[in-house]
Amino acid sequence: MNLSVQLGGLTLKNPVMPASGCFGFGQEFSQFYDLNTLGAIVIKAATGEARFGNPTPRVAETSSGMLNAIGLQNPGVDQIIKQELPFLEQFDTPVIANVAGSSEEEYVIVAEKLSKASTVKALELNISCPNVKEGGIQFGTDPELAYQLTNKVKNVSSKPLFVKLSPNVTNIVSMAKAVEEAGADGLSMINTLTGMKIDLKTRKPLIANETGGLSGPAIKPIAIRMIHQVRQVSNIPIIGMGGITTSEDVLEFYWQGPTQ
Amino acid sequence: MLRRPISIADYDKQINQLTIIYKVFGEGTDWLARQLPGGQINVLGPLGNGFDLSGIQGQTVIVIGGGVGVPPLYNLVKQLNSQFNDVTAILGYQSKVSIFYEKEFKDLTQTYIATDDGTYGYDGLVTDVIRELRFSYDHYFSCGPTGMLKAVQHQLSDIDGYISIEERMGCGVGACFACVCQADNDKGYVKICQDGPVFHAKEVTL
Ligand SMILES: Cc1cc2nc3c(=O)[nH]c(=O)nc-3n(C[C@H](O)[C@H](O)[C@H](O)COP(=O)(O)OP(=O)(O)OC[C@H]3O[C@@H](n4cnc5c(N)ncnc54)[C@H](O)[C@@H]3O)c2cc1C
Ligand SMILES: Cc1cc2nc3c(=O)[nH]c(=O)nc-3n(C[C@H](O)[C@H](O)[C@H](O)COP(=O)(O)O)c2cc1C
Ligand code: FES
Repeated sequence: MNLSVQLGGLTLKNPVMPASGCFGFGQEFSQFYDLNTLGAIVIKAATGEARFGNPTPRVAETSSGMLNAIGLQNPGVDQIIKQELPFLEQFDTPVIANVAGSSEEEYVIVAEKLSKASTVKALELNISCPNVKEGGIQFGTDPELAYQLTNKVKNVSSKPLFVKLSPNVTNIVSMAKAVEEAGADGLSMINTLTGMKIDLKTRKPLIANETGGLSGPAIKPIAIRMIHQVRQVSNIPIIGMGGITTSEDVLEFYWQGPTQ
Repeated sequence: MLRRPISIADYDKQINQLTIIYKVFGEGTDWLARQLPGGQINVLGPLGNGFDLSGIQGQTVIVIGGGVGVPPLYNLVKQLNSQFNDVTAILGYQSKVSIFYEKEFKDLTQTYIATDDGTYGYDGLVTDVIRELRFSYDHYFSCGPTGMLKAVQHQLSDIDGYISIEERMGCGVGACFACVCQADNDKGYVKICQDGPVFHAKEVTL
């Protein structure tokens, strides 16, 4: 069976790829299976400088999911290009680089650098990290800011550009339309939903950052609903994610139109 | 459900047996306790790095455990014994009812028990026992709650020591950055699941 898909100019062997932040930079999971079997690899967010992230605890288990507030910890875009990308060259699997920042300038610099790296075949613009004060969430909740940022990043990058949308909005369709008009080649949906868990022993939020992003099976119906809504108004490819754990989940997303 | 990090308390290669000791704490360990003999569970491991005992031979060693931090010290003491070290174990528990493996440790080496509420053994903390013993040691190894490790790290700051530390984990393999701890190295941090959980006491800032 031919599972290959076209994704904003890229041809993938199959539509399955790990979501950003769940897969590090690939090394760890390469001990468990052959990364050549993946359709693509989406690496952890890159920012302009190294970030040390949030205090711990950073994760908490919840009903059918988990909260995380890692805080975009990463060694910075230059180190990622120098230290992390070379390992991924050996695989016949396209790498999609996740771009984060706290200002328009930072996003543009990171995107420009990553788009010049030969291993990187596409960019994913993360305007939806809910876990740092200045993690781009302002760009992910305001269609006008999202339009401007997407447009600026598109201008400095020759590689296909996917914009990762936040579900923490009242109108996902207007966000999708805005970034499509700005030139996005595709969408990634969805990032995590902001949540909180209280530790019954301390009576305080369990996660040090207090709030965290909810992921896992708990958010799958929301992801499906949002993708369905966006699909009615847009034809650009959608990388779908949010609680995919079984092949049935993959099919549910697949028949909804997206490409993961 | 996420995987639970549990230490290896003991193993026997000849009969392919691995021993874990855990406290039923919440949902995950409760599920584990309800599994029946002969059943199968899915395990990812062994992960990370344990105590490195290369070169630790014929020396005086103190092993300090607290609560569910005691299990990984059991096989450690066996190995220290096999390398002809003079080992003292100090194990702290909340109360008499929470004590486990007392006899097992006593069969291996000289062992002191302390309880927080004084219902058994020494009335007080492991650090109080260390203070009263006033021996000198070449090395220490410790595993337990972060508060205890901090106190031990401080009290025994002039001895070569190794501590096994805890944090909430996501992936267990170094990919998600959930379990980082501030460290005195070029990156400024370590990932407990992958680089540890055992670290040189001087490397990590608790
Ligand atoms: C390296 C390491 C080794 C450990 N070895 C042992 C051992 O040998 N024996 C033993 O009894 N316990 C051990 N623990 C603690 C054990 O992991 C927790 O008690 C257990 O995860 C609690 O799970 P639960 O489902 O019972 O609790 P719940 O509260 O239902 O768990 C909810 C979530 O919180 C996490 N969590 C809760 N408490 C802890 C904790 N103290 N440390 C890390 N994550 C936690 C769980 O893993 C789970 O993801 C170890 C922890 C670490 C980090
Ligand atoms: C530990 C963790 C770290 C994450 N880090 C990032 C990140 O760096 N960039 C990003 O765009 N999304 C990040 N995400 C969000 C995921 O990529 C994904 O959108 C979300 O987890 C929903 O999918 P899932 O339910 O399949 O995990 C992270 C999620 C988790 C759980
Ligand atoms: S638990 Fe994921 S990096 Fe340690």
